[in-house]
Amino acid sequence: MKRRGRMIFFLLSAAVFAGVYLWGLKGLPAVGHYRGPYGDVLNQVATYERHVTDIVTAVNFDYRGFDTLGEEFILFMSVVGGTVLLRRQREEEKSEHKDQALSDESPERQAPEPSDATRVLTLGLVGPLVVFGLYIVAHGQLTPGGGFQGGVILATAPLLVYLAGDLKKFKQITSHTLVEVAEAAGAGAYLAIGFAGLILGGAYLRNVAALGKTGMINSGGTIALINLATGLEVAAGFVLLLYAFLEQTLEIRLRGGK
Amino acid sequence: MSFFPYAVAAWLFVIGLYGIVTSRNFVHLVICLAVLQSSTYVLLLSIGYRVGGTAPVFAGVRVGTPAVDPVVQALMLTDIVVEATVVALLLALALQLHKRANTLDPDKLKALEG
Amino acid sequence: MLFLQFTILSFVAVTATAVVLTRDPAKQAIGISFYGLVMALMFFIFQAPDVALSQIVIGAVALPLMILLALTKIRRHEEEQRERKEKKAA
Repeated sequence: MKRRGRMIFFLLSAAVFAGVYLWGLKGLPAVGHYRGPYGDVLNQVATYERHVTDIVTAVNFDYRGFDTLGEEFILFMSVVGGTVLLRRQREEEKSEHKDQALSDESPERQAPEPSDATRVLTLGLVGPLVVFGLYIVAHGQLTPGGGFQGGVILATAPLLVYLAGDLKKFKQITSHTLVEVAEAAGAGAYLAIGFAGLILGGAYLRNVAALGKTGMINSGGTIALINLATGLEVAAGFVLLLYAFLEQTLEIRLRGGK
Repeated sequence: MSFFPYAVAAWLFVIGLYGIVTSRNFVHLVICLAVLQSSTYVLLLSIGYRVGGTAPVFAGVRVGTPAVDPVVQALMLTDIVVEATVVALLLALALQLHKRANTLDPDKLKALEG
Repeated sequence: MLFLQFTILSFVAVTATAVVLTRDPAKQAIGISFYGLVMALMFFIFQAPDVALSQIVIGAVALPLMILLALTKIRRHEEEQRERKEKKAA
């Protein structure tokens, strides 16, 4: 009965949505015939104004920088919320299972040994992956990429260590206080760069740093700086989240021991 | 034909919503929410697209070459990454819920208890 | 509009439908990973390499991994609950 009512409500809403959507479509250009002015203006002027070649990054961290600041803090808050929830759950379970608790080094805690081939390949890939992630972050204002994409790539590097079966190293890397500090520092640096623009340029997030030569890695002024800050925050945030989730399954190994 | 992408966006929205409404499992619900969210990407992408335009990256391409809209791409780019962390938060909530209520079925939850 | 774009958009629509209609979340995690890759391809075809890059990493690694880990945890919790009940019954 309840489900039927919900279904009727869904169908009604879908019908209303279809009507409003069709009505809205009348005002949109046919696909492939973009006509809004902003994109064209930015494509024309951004390279001259900000000395960058990737306009998307320029929009993200400069022209629409304040909006991205908001997005960054959504990210920050969800990472904090997620890790706090998962950690709390873990602690509660720890106190419930005091009697059966095993230490980190107990044999049952260890994953099945990965084969030598897996270990060599994954550990060998860690270095190139980190370099690739850094490259994507650092060249954000020149080629496709930037802090958001590169940050996630960097965060997958510790996973390779985990896959190689080196649990202790994995824990050392990911549960380090530095990760939390990096997360906060990345979010804080974005704010601070914004205030630097306010003090030196009269407007929040104004691009006040030297613009550099187009095509160089330090070009773009504050775009490059904010890009790095974002990369730091995203990488640290995802490491925290992945660790918090993986920790839950480490627990399973701890007590499963089958 | 040139309105086909808009139709796909609408379809993604409706099918995602359908999944959420009929869901019997909170993890399933979260995934449906991710699908629903992707409808906005398709819509934004089709608004900013231009036939024959290049990507808005002018490394090795002369400035002034017709390109697609960078603004909508910037909107999507941040949203995709932020979406992943929001999904993580929702999954953490689902885990906590399963621990307290012993179910993941929205229908079996009586009332929210403190 | 070009054939390529038409094809990839239809593919996106079909994959999304399949993901939503799959009721088992474990299978869905694999589905959403595939869906992420299709989306990335779509971004690429529609001249959005920046977006494609972030979609690939998120869709292929972060989302499915977190979902699978959450599911493992839930399954374990269910088993525990069952064990506890059996103990009480015995």
